[in-house]
Amino acid sequence: MLTSYASPLERVWYYALRVICGLVLVFLMLPLLVIAPLSFNSDSFLLYPMSGFSLRWYEDFLFSPEWRLALMNSCIVSPCATLLAMLLGTPAAIGLTRLDFPGKALLTAILISPMVVPVVIVGVATYLVFAPIGLTGSYVGLILVHAALGVPFVVTTVAATLQGFDFNLVRAAASLGANPLTTFRCVTLPLVAPGVISGGLFAFATSFDEVVVTLFLAGPEQTTLPRQMFAGIRENISPTIAAVATILTVLSTLMLITLEYLRRRGERLRGETRLAAN
Amino acid sequence: MMNPSTAMAKAKSSTNAGSLKGQLRRAERMKRLKYGALILPLVVFLLLTFVWPIAALLERSIENPEIVDAFPATSALLRSWDGRSLPDDSVFAAFADEAGRIKGTPLFASAAKRLNMELPGFRTLMMRTARALPVEAGTSARTALVAADERWDEPSTWQYLARNASRYTARYLLASVDRKYDDRGEIVRAGDDEAIYVAVFRRTFGMSAIVTVCCLLLGFPLAYLMATQPTKIANVLLIFVLLPFWTSILVRVAAWIVLLQSEGLVNQALMHLGITAHPLQLVFNSTGVYIAMVHILLPFMILPLYSVMKGISPTYMRAALSLGCPPFRSFWRVYFPQALPGVGAGCLLVFILCMGYYITPALLGGPKEQMASYFVAFYTNQTINWGMAAALSAILFVATLLLYMIYSRLVGHQDLAATAR
Repeated sequence: MLTSYASPLERVWYYALRVICGLVLVFLMLPLLVIAPLSFNSDSFLLYPMSGFSLRWYEDFLFSPEWRLALMNSCIVSPCATLLAMLLGTPAAIGLTRLDFPGKALLTAILISPMVVPVVIVGVATYLVFAPIGLTGSYVGLILVHAALGVPFVVTTVAATLQGFDFNLVRAAASLGANPLTTFRCVTLPLVAPGVISGGLFAFATSFDEVVVTLFLAGPEQTTLPRQMFAGIRENISPTIAAVATILTVLSTLMLITLEYLRRRGERLRGETRLAAN
Repeated sequence: MMNPSTAMAKAKSSTNAGSLKGQLRRAERMKRLKYGALILPLVVFLLLTFVWPIAALLERSIENPEIVDAFPATSALLRSWDGRSLPDDSVFAAFADEAGRIKGTPLFASAAKRLNMELPGFRTLMMRTARALPVEAGTSARTALVAADERWDEPSTWQYLARNASRYTARYLLASVDRKYDDRGEIVRAGDDEAIYVAVFRRTFGMSAIVTVCCLLLGFPLAYLMATQPTKIANVLLIFVLLPFWTSILVRVAAWIVLLQSEGLVNQALMHLGITAHPLQLVFNSTGVYIAMVHILLPFMILPLYSVMKGISPTYMRAALSLGCPPFRSFWRVYFPQALPGVGAGCLLVFILCMGYYITPALLGGPKEQMASYFVAFYTNQTINWGMAAALSAILFVATLLLYMIYSRLVGHQDLAATAR
């Protein structure tokens, strides 16, 4: 807030900061904005100025067999991996917040570590171990590793939601005669669900954008969307890639909006319960 | 957990304080079992899909099974050999016997390949030897082997076998820090054509450091602005940070190729502004890698910075200013130290993530920009040298682990996800 008594130097700094931040925002947003229009370009060069409007690259994406296979594979692998990550991560997060034991910090660190270990190491390591037992070139192997990469997001997000969760509510429900199942359905679930769904979205995004492990583990039959894009960018970057990129950007925007909605809803609900508790 | 009302009823029914204690202990144990059972499936799952593979890979970096598996008896004999004079007849006999039995099998081929890594030409020696086997009745194994190839008459040939006659070796780990065993089995610097990995790791850490500094320089002002704006504006700015964060990395890489190519928008703008007359080479070299890496990792810097700065009360700065401290000085002495935890968290996070990056340099860089991850993938896919892939992974893994330990000491585990949110 620029005050009327600010010195000239402060004024310069005030505007300089805003200009710098503006440039950083342009840097952040430019790549996202520049690729979408080119996917509607009628000629096959990814160059501005555009020569005309066409949907041929979307048609190419939807009807070429390689891209269709990749899309289908992504739609098999990512939801399965997400579901597995949610099923394993949610109970573990509940256990970790409710229980104290020696070595808990270490265990948590191990459960979170798939987030930070370089993916190439994960890819090579799982390839080494999965190849002899026939899990390479199969959906199962890919789903298992994608779930492992996504599970830390579920654990941390659900655990964070539970930090603000008042376990007295469960006791209150029980003391008012609700059986454990009803308590879970009517009290615990509505409060924890946003955390579980957010974690699931993170896990989904991780899997849906995963290329390195897929490069090692998947056979040609399991090519996913990111792997197909990787190959495309490496060989010859075509407007079809711009079309896929646009679709993916729209998808990630939708996920971000959902997440933001869930976060606000969570804040509101927690605020209400806190009010009710007072 | 035990239902409180039943616990109370039970407690009432017992008059003995010791049994009350016992019940408490039992209730605690039940709780432990119940919540332990919730954690267990994930622990088992990650052990099988994550911990075990990585442990197996790390073990690979010191494993040397080829010679021991192919020639177990010869290996056992060579371990007690003095290494100077030629080994005695029993070694020749054992080797001729074992080689004759497994010739033509993958076991023999992998042993030959392994020895060829030690000394180029060894594969030919092994193949020639294999053709002369099994030893005809009446001739001694020594004569037969020397007749097949006279190199068997030199102790140095046997030394290569003897040096690999144990199941574990430091060879790969030494090679990944540009060291090797010389002919006498001492550790020396590798020749210039093999000594590339120290440079690779120096490049990996150097590039990560540059990317981290760039992210800090770009991220700090924006995080500061976000933290000092009213919530409504800050939320809008946050969306601009989160949107690229959520966008697929491959989408962003593709977009940067489009932007930075020689006829791309950036070059067009630069030429239009008269900064350059000819298009600059901005992609498929280090410039492109740095730009894309900073773009991809910038949100990981901004988000921890912002979450720390949000908690810094503006009254401290106001107090410093009202007490007559000049604005820049008060920023440096009062504000910055409070933001330091965020700076530390952001820098460590960006550095850790940058160190392991593979796709961005692979797609946007030339051969000179490839980091450690590239060589791990190279040894796995192209030359299938598991020892080297594992040794390079081990070094990268240990470096990541150390930084991650510092990070979790500094920030705690929860905040890694809070960052993402």
